Amino acid sequence: MDTTYSKAHLLRRVFVWELPVRYYHWINALCILALIATGIIIGNPPAIMTSREAYASYWFGTTRFIHFAAAYIFFFNFIFRLYWGFVGNKYARWNQFIPTNAKFFKDMWAILKSDIFMTRGFQVHTIGHNRLAGFIYFLTFIAFGIQCLTGFGLYSAMSDWWLPNLFSWVPALFGGDFMMRLVHHWAMWFFILFVVVHVYLVFYHDYVEGRGEISSMGGGWKFVDEEVFQKNHPSEAKQENKK
Amino acid sequence: MIQEISTKKATYYEELLGKGYSRRDFMKFCTMITAYMGLQASAVAQVAEALKTTPRVPVIWLHFQECTCCSESFIRSSHPIVADIILDKISLDYTETLMAAAGYQAEEAMAKTMKDYHGEYVLCVEGSVPQGADGVYCMIGGKSSMDILHEAAEGAKAIICWGSCASNGCVQAAKPNPTQATPIHKIIKGKPIIKVPGCPPIGEVMAGVLVHIITFGTIPALDGIGRPKAFYSKRVHDSCYRRPYYDAGMFVETFDDENAKRGYCLYKVGCKGPSTYNACGVMRWNNGVSYPIQSGHGCFGCSEESFWDNGPIYQRQAAAGGFGIEENADKIGLVALGVTAAGIAAHAVATNLRKTKAIDSLIKEGKESEHELKNE
Ligand code: HEM
Ligand code: SF4
Repeated sequence: MDTTYSKAHLLRRVFVWELPVRYYHWINALCILALIATGIIIGNPPAIMTSREAYASYWFGTTRFIHFAAAYIFFFNFIFRLYWGFVGNKYARWNQFIPTNAKFFKDMWAILKSDIFMTRGFQVHTIGHNRLAGFIYFLTFIAFGIQCLTGFGLYSAMSDWWLPNLFSWVPALFGGDFMMRLVHHWAMWFFILFVVVHVYLVFYHDYVEGRGEISSMGGGWKFVDEEVFQKNHPSEAKQENKK
Repeated sequence: MIQEISTKKATYYEELLGKGYSRRDFMKFCTMITAYMGLQASAVAQVAEALKTTPRVPVIWLHFQECTCCSESFIRSSHPIVADIILDKISLDYTETLMAAAGYQAEEAMAKTMKDYHGEYVLCVEGSVPQGADGVYCMIGGKSSMDILHEAAEGAKAIICWGSCASNGCVQAAKPNPTQATPIHKIIKGKPIIKVPGCPPIGEVMAGVLVHIITFGTIPALDGIGRPKAFYSKRVHDSCYRRPYYDAGMFVETFDDENAKRGYCLYKVGCKGPSTYNACGVMRWNNGVSYPIQSGHGCFGCSEESFWDNGPIYQRQAAAGGFGIEENADKIGLVALGVTAAGIAAHAVATNLRKTKAIDSLIKEGKESEHELKNE
């Protein structure tokens, strides 16, 4: 029995994702799914043969309406997340995403080797996002920005409201709506690929690390090895030891 | 007396009376053109007043790499006064297509206007300027179009770019653009430039732009790309009479199907109306008779930059540039999705092979904990 005890990890429950971050995450996920689904339909509407008169039907208009409604929610949610990057806890901060030093890249490389190519042993040092994930999320933020710029750029022609009209300069960047629309369409594929890989990797981490990766975006808690906790929170750990 | 007549420049109104138009014709014209310019009814008097009191504005109209469809469109604009007022000898000091003079005489007329009305004349440019091979692809009177443009632009009050050629390069600028056809705004800086794109632009739009400059002495309000807002702030799609079919999701699938006969929306057979800013849906063509969509053919976006290069004309799907005509972004996306799925499957298998130790120890640890709980 002794051996069992020494082998068992001492786990700590760490509150990683605050409530606003979790709200943001799921609103974002739902919006993106809705935007992809409606976007595909807008880009290539199905052939529905009908004998009804045009006034009796509005499904394409409704599809577009859902796209635009989801787009507004997506947009404000995104703005909120940018704000939270400055006021949230350390796992939500902007410096989790944007590389500011060489170590960031070194860590990314280490994670590529251990998690993606699996040429190196298994090790987890982080509590929140690992460096590679953080950087990928940084890229998704850029993709959000591109999608908001091109999307509202397209939308500005359809609206008299000042908010979308703030984006009326965007078409000129692309030389007109043609290119802007294409870019908006192409960028959708980044989101589709991201969603697939993201969901897979969440399962992967939950499975391989056993730290409650999947449920963390529900309740906010992760279960973290004591050593990892001490490494990430040296001052808190020290204080507790004193007590 | 004789001297006085020759020095005093006639106003537009005087010229028209001289040509046999009545005051009534004149007022009708003012009303029509005011409406076309998108101004309210009270502006009719302003336009009439301006045309009565301002002497004619000299116009130089240059032709470079173009097909003259802009001129053709212009002389067919619905009201005869439009052509008379601008194109007749009244205002047009130089235009290759329509002037009576030729050769040395013509060149001299242009030089004289440029000198006499320095800083006053309006320069209209039809066509793009080839920059390749030192501009030899377009030479007029022994000079390259580039030199002529620079010379003429120097003393111009404003420059109007007629058509897509002058505004964005049009067909001759399509990839690979062998002559390096270049639109005017990329060559001339520091002058007010008005772009009136379209292949050709609508005649009434051209007239509206010119009359605005003549009557108000200012250039019309322009959008971010430099097009007059009055004519280019709405998309063809926004004023399309087939729009209810679009909103209802009732589309033509092929040009010979039942839906085409019923006049459904042409979105899926490549209509570019949703991306094209022009007034075709409102003004239509040939005195308001019809326009492409009304004739059963989708808009192909002739007034938009690079419309030749931005994907297929008769298809909706986003074409992916550089991957061959048959490919589109969605096919490439689907392939990427397949590759990703395969990668994930491989990774999942590899995980179970290479990470067995870590996973086993987690499982063992969990089982042992469970065991302990039972033993307690
Ligand atoms: C995850 C984000 C988004 C995705 C995946 C997405 C996807 C798409 C796709 C695939 C299309 C069809 C393009 C085509 O015609 O081929 C489209 C159209 C459009 N999207 Fe988005 N979009 C997103 C976000 C946004 C946002 C934030 C806006 C902002 C208002 C927006 C506004 C539009 C507009 C205005 C259209 C054109 C619709 C029309 O002309 O009827 N989109 N979108
Ligand atoms: S025919 Fe073209 S412009 Fe008209 S509603 Fe359909 S897509 Fe829009």
